[in-house]
Amino acid sequence: MTNEEKLREIFVEALGIDINQVTEDLAYNTIPEWDSIAHMALIAEIDDQFDTMLDTDDVLDMSTFAKAKEILVKYDVEF
Amino acid sequence: MIAPYHLEREQKSAQLLDKLNDLTKWHIGNCSDYMAMLEKSGALQQASSLEEVPYLPVQLFKLLDLKSISQEEVVKILTSSGTTGQQVSKIYLDKETSASQTKTLVEVMKPLLGSKRLPMIILDTKSVLKDRKSFSARGAGILGFSNFGRKHFYALNDDMSLDVEGLQAYLKEFEGQKILLFGFTFMIWQYVYKEAVARGLEIDFGDSILIHGGGWKKLKDEAVDSLTFNRLLNQQLGIREVHNYYGMVEQVGSIFVECSMGHLHTPSYADVIIRNPITFEPIPYGEQGLIQVLSELPKSYPGHSLLTEDLGTIHGEDDCPCGWKGKYFSVAGRIPKAELRGCSDTFQGGTK
Repeated sequence: MTNEEKLREIFVEALGIDINQVTEDLAYNTIPEWDSIAHMALIAEIDDQFDTMLDTDDVLDMSTFAKAKEILVKYDVEF
Repeated sequence: MIAPYHLEREQKSAQLLDKLNDLTKWHIGNCSDYMAMLEKSGALQQASSLEEVPYLPVQLFKLLDLKSISQEEVVKILTSSGTTGQQVSKIYLDKETSASQTKTLVEVMKPLLGSKRLPMIILDTKSVLKDRKSFSARGAGILGFSNFGRKHFYALNDDMSLDVEGLQAYLKEFEGQKILLFGFTFMIWQYVYKEAVARGLEIDFGDSILIHGGGWKKLKDEAVDSLTFNRLLNQQLGIREVHNYYGMVEQVGSIFVECSMGHLHTPSYADVIIRNPITFEPIPYGEQGLIQVLSELPKSYPGHSLLTEDLGTIHGEDDCPCGWKGKYFSVAGRIPKAELRGCSDTFQGGTK
């Protein structure tokens, strides 16, 4: 599985949404499933699966699927 | 100088005043109840000092649904804890105000907590977050502070009993690491501290930092002040660093946290003014009076300038020995209910 697929899968699991909903511009607070509580679960899952420890600022910045990839690159995850 | 505690009086008040004046105009244009109140009271729409910015009594949010956005734009509703009465305040947030609230909390706490997320123990139960759209003061606080943590662990079971085994396992797992503890003053006292004493539990929270808020009202009845609270928590639970904060759901952005000297501080985007409880005139530093809070964040509802029911004292400005700028102050508690009835009646009668 590529990192891209892995991240997509994490979004599906953590937010409880369909894989087709995970587009590049899927954004925080635009669907009921991606609210502040789900965001916590999403971050926890990303930390676990990619073995990262995201900084507080990155937790807040992670507002779209595309942005998540951009942030993870800083933590040496390649896309 | 460390942001957001870096601005000195002149620069801060000028910046804040501009933003508050803009907000007053915005709310006049977008909230008809607010406009009606301002017109009726003859308040200035363009203030030339922070003291002149019109303010609403905080209790008003218990009586009226005030918002400056359409219902469709609401993404989050915050409600006050409502321990003292039946009615709770309802605060409506849209995407923009909700995002700036989260961001501000991070900025305000960063000087204490840093930017690395810490293992986090929440001294509360997970059930306060049951509702996904409407949050109590407790839920909103937990959610906001959760951004600083990872591997969140809730120390209380749903029935409010302390999860001793879970707690000890967690402390063992993260032994030697700095742990963030977060909770509400009374809950910590009642369900963690007292429980530990009653059961003779020896828990050592190690190198942890506790952030707590929510008011001292119930602890005052037991004659527990902040020094006693800190001392007993250190003795019984080994908690070495404690910071209290003062804030309320009715005003997003106003989180005033204790510095290393134990003083509550105003960050650059919020401020406090102390007023005489009878005349409502601003009073000099060092004298106790009613706390008015100002914040540049509330855009989705007219809460940028609120007169609280709390008594407090400003001790100084820009010269706290901790090095942070801004006003620093302390909170003495609520004003007695009887004194308040008059003014909330007036406002209720005056607005509908």
